[in-house]
Amino acid sequence: MGHLRLPSGVLVITVTGAALLVAGCTSTKSGGSDTGASSGGKVSIGLVTKTNSNPYFVKLRESAQAEADAKGAKLIALAGKSDGDNQGQVDAINNLVTQGVKGILITPSNSTGVLGAIKAARDKGVLVIALDTATDPADAVDATFATDNKAAGVKQGKYVKATLGSRTPAVVLLDGTPGSTVDDLRHKGFLEGFGITSGSSEIKGTAVTNGDQTKAQTAMENLYQRDHGINAVYTINEPAAAGAAQALSGKTGVVIGSIDGSCTGVGNVKSGKFAATVMQFPKKMAQDGVDAVVNYAKNNKKPSGFVDTGSQLITDKPVSGLDSKDTAWGLKNCWG
Amino acid sequence: MNQPPSDAASAQAPAPHTADVVMRASGLVKRYGNVVAIGESDFEIRAGEVLAVVGDNGAGKSSLIKALSGALAPDAGTIELDGRPVHFHGPRDARAAGIETVYQTLAVAPQMDIATNLFLGRPLRREGFLGSGLRMLDHKKMRNQAAEQLDRLGIATIQDITQLVGTLSGGQRQAVAVARAAMFGTRLIIMDEPTAALGVRESRQVLDLIARIRERGVPVVLISHDMPQVFEIADRIHVHRLGRRAAVVTPKTCTMTEVVGLMTGALRMGADGTLVESTTQHMPEEKPASRHPSESPE
Amino acid sequence: MTTTHTSPATPEAGTARPPAKSLLARLLGNTAAGPLAALVIAVIVFALTTDTFFNIDNASLIVEQFLVVGTLALGQTLIILTAGIDLANASIMVLGTLVIAKLGQHALPGGLALVVGVLLCTAVGAVSGTLVTRLRLPPFIVTLGVLSVLTATGQLFANGESFAVSSGVLTFLGERSYLFGQIEVTNGMGVAIVLIVGLWFLLTQTSWGRNVYAVGDDEEAARLTGINTRRTLLSVYVLAGFVYSIAAWQALGRIPNADPNAFQTGNLDSITAVVIGGTSLFGGRGGIPGTVLGALVVTVLTNGLTQAGIDSLYQQVATGILVIVAVAVDRVVRRRAA
Repeated sequence: MGHLRLPSGVLVITVTGAALLVAGCTSTKSGGSDTGASSGGKVSIGLVTKTNSNPYFVKLRESAQAEADAKGAKLIALAGKSDGDNQGQVDAINNLVTQGVKGILITPSNSTGVLGAIKAARDKGVLVIALDTATDPADAVDATFATDNKAAGVKQGKYVKATLGSRTPAVVLLDGTPGSTVDDLRHKGFLEGFGITSGSSEIKGTAVTNGDQTKAQTAMENLYQRDHGINAVYTINEPAAAGAAQALSGKTGVVIGSIDGSCTGVGNVKSGKFAATVMQFPKKMAQDGVDAVVNYAKNNKKPSGFVDTGSQLITDKPVSGLDSKDTAWGLKNCWG
Repeated sequence: MNQPPSDAASAQAPAPHTADVVMRASGLVKRYGNVVAIGESDFEIRAGEVLAVVGDNGAGKSSLIKALSGALAPDAGTIELDGRPVHFHGPRDARAAGIETVYQTLAVAPQMDIATNLFLGRPLRREGFLGSGLRMLDHKKMRNQAAEQLDRLGIATIQDITQLVGTLSGGQRQAVAVARAAMFGTRLIIMDEPTAALGVRESRQVLDLIARIRERGVPVVLISHDMPQVFEIADRIHVHRLGRRAAVVTPKTCTMTEVVGLMTGALRMGADGTLVESTTQHMPEEKPASRHPSESPE
Repeated sequence: MTTTHTSPATPEAGTARPPAKSLLARLLGNTAAGPLAALVIAVIVFALTTDTFFNIDNASLIVEQFLVVGTLALGQTLIILTAGIDLANASIMVLGTLVIAKLGQHALPGGLALVVGVLLCTAVGAVSGTLVTRLRLPPFIVTLGVLSVLTATGQLFANGESFAVSSGVLTFLGERSYLFGQIEVTNGMGVAIVLIVGLWFLLTQTSWGRNVYAVGDDEEAARLTGINTRRTLLSVYVLAGFVYSIAAWQALGRIPNADPNAFQTGNLDSITAVVIGGTSLFGGRGGIPGTVLGALVVTVLTNGLTQAGIDSLYQQVATGILVIVAVAVDRVVRRRAA
């Protein structure tokens, strides 16, 4: 056939790739994944998140990096390839132990799959702290710094129920990914806070959205099509809530609640897209985690147990009897 | 030991009539790395004749005709059409010059119907703005012309023009490929092993078709290893060996055995046009013992 | 021997041709017949079992839900027709939405941001096409590479954020109006119709379309008949890139927010729609009407099963079964034609 015109093809790729990167590059706050063992000087801390792409974990990483810099420690940030990539996290833990980290902060994708690697790390004297999601059993790590997701779900449930007032509830549950402990806890918490059980007749429909705005939108449209009387929606996170809000735009009288506390999400509460959200504090999780490892390095003191980094109801339409903060406060303390 | 006939003239290729030559190639070369597909080969076909190209497997026949049909760009050598040099940059150029080829693989699209295949690469457009502006195809016209052409060529075995070519039998598919070439071949038609996969009856149909094309005045290049067919239909025979033209003979002046001998190298065409034996078959450069017809045999 | 008479040889007696295949036979042989049947069956079943399904509002809703993945599937059809496959289409679209939205927020007016997005997606298509035609790399590999590069690029570009759009031009496809005061339609539907008709026309009524099918059917045969296979293939990828940019515009019309983590299953959904629609993964068979029907089938399944109260996981099972059936049918038909 024709000759191999390598230059033209390669040139096109290079130019396009460079153009894209230049066009889009904001200051990439990469988590400083430099390799190199901690040589007597800086304390080395490992961070293993579920993925690199979920904005929640991006902010977690950034907060950890900032705190490490403030405390004069070095952060090595790794992640799985996707939500549920257990092997990637196991490899990351082993990798970090080899690099001589003093402590590992991990948001486990699979609450049982990483236990082996964690034990091996702890046996070598490495402090292991679970962030955001607990392991199963929870005492497989030294300590867990996380949101009490069940409590957060309860807050969402109580608020949505209270806002409905005396109307007969017709609830839709928009879940995330089946099998996720976070999903499970929030879902159960909502039911508890709302005062119903999974078999209640007030539940008019549930759907799996994987936390994706488009899937949530489609599911909400279809469920609403089935029953125009829906007046309350539980969502697993704010992208799902945004999708539900889009599906219901123009329709009144539906109360949508959410959880997460991203700045985008709080903004949506402010603009009225959804009624309330329950804020998490990943920044606190990351900071506390980094501090704990530094403390361990200095004073050989380990933290223990479950430390609830807290959750806060954010809404501009407060309900009596429920503690909440307004969106102005929310925007000051949001992540993202 | 075959002795060439003493009247040497009849063993020679007929003297070239340059005015009659439709296509001529000289010194064609094509190499793929270390493999020589065409090694300085010549070629010539004259108006209104059927030229058979014969040669053993691997002799390079298919490569030669691909160079002539534009499917292959030679590394060196010249090709002349009607006395004027031509450079084909692709099959399209050759077709534009009126050279049509029926490849061994047939080059038909199995999931398209007969009419589409007949017009593949040069479909008919609609009249007026629809055709020139919107570039719309005239499906009906193509179907009608396809039906007409098949009738004209006497191909009766194909009933339904809208049938997918892939559902046709081997012979019918061959007929479609030959019909395509016959429809558009105004200067030259090349056929690579057109009867190789066919039964007796279908082969006969193809041979009849070739005869009809010759009647129209269009020359045909026919690659074949079916000697009886070659001897039946060909006016001249181009013997190809080791990537080059080894000899050009006619069925009237050579026997099948002699032609096979030329193919395998047992016989060579001497400089004076006589057939001589090669004692060393694998080294064509060495001069074999030649026999001039006037010398008395040893 | 040099006669030039070209009068036709007399045809043999008894070669009167039978009439062309009946309309019904032609319709049944069309690759879109299968998905059409599936769609009709699905609609009937849901209409009978779920009382909120069979009404005008839901019909509008289904069409709206079809728009984004349907458009992705249109571009995918072009590439699959050439016996290729595009693993990167959703990532191209998502990057498009991100660039358009971010530029539209601060840097450019909505219309210009859209133009940049269109050029970007089309350029990516050109790069993929160049890699396939010049370096002769298999489309699977090329688009896999593009998928990785673009997913990462999108994440870097967005840096964990999503971007809201407010410009009228960018949300234009989501704007609603009411036909006869009753039927809800969006501008996106109009654009989709234009795109579908346009692509159908190109593929079935022009020689370019013929060449696309020929290249997919047998690339070497196409080359030998004088078709410029390289140029045809490249144009297919470029056109597909353009189509993905329209999908990006549709996505912003559906929800005015560009999210780097959206449409993670968009690529698989588009391939599902194309395959259910009867287009053969081996090239040369199928087309736009089938894809439209295939995408509608998938949308109707999700819509109907959700309204029937059936778990989403069963929706996946149903879709998966349909795909297998569609590919099996295609293989059987191909074997007959081989």
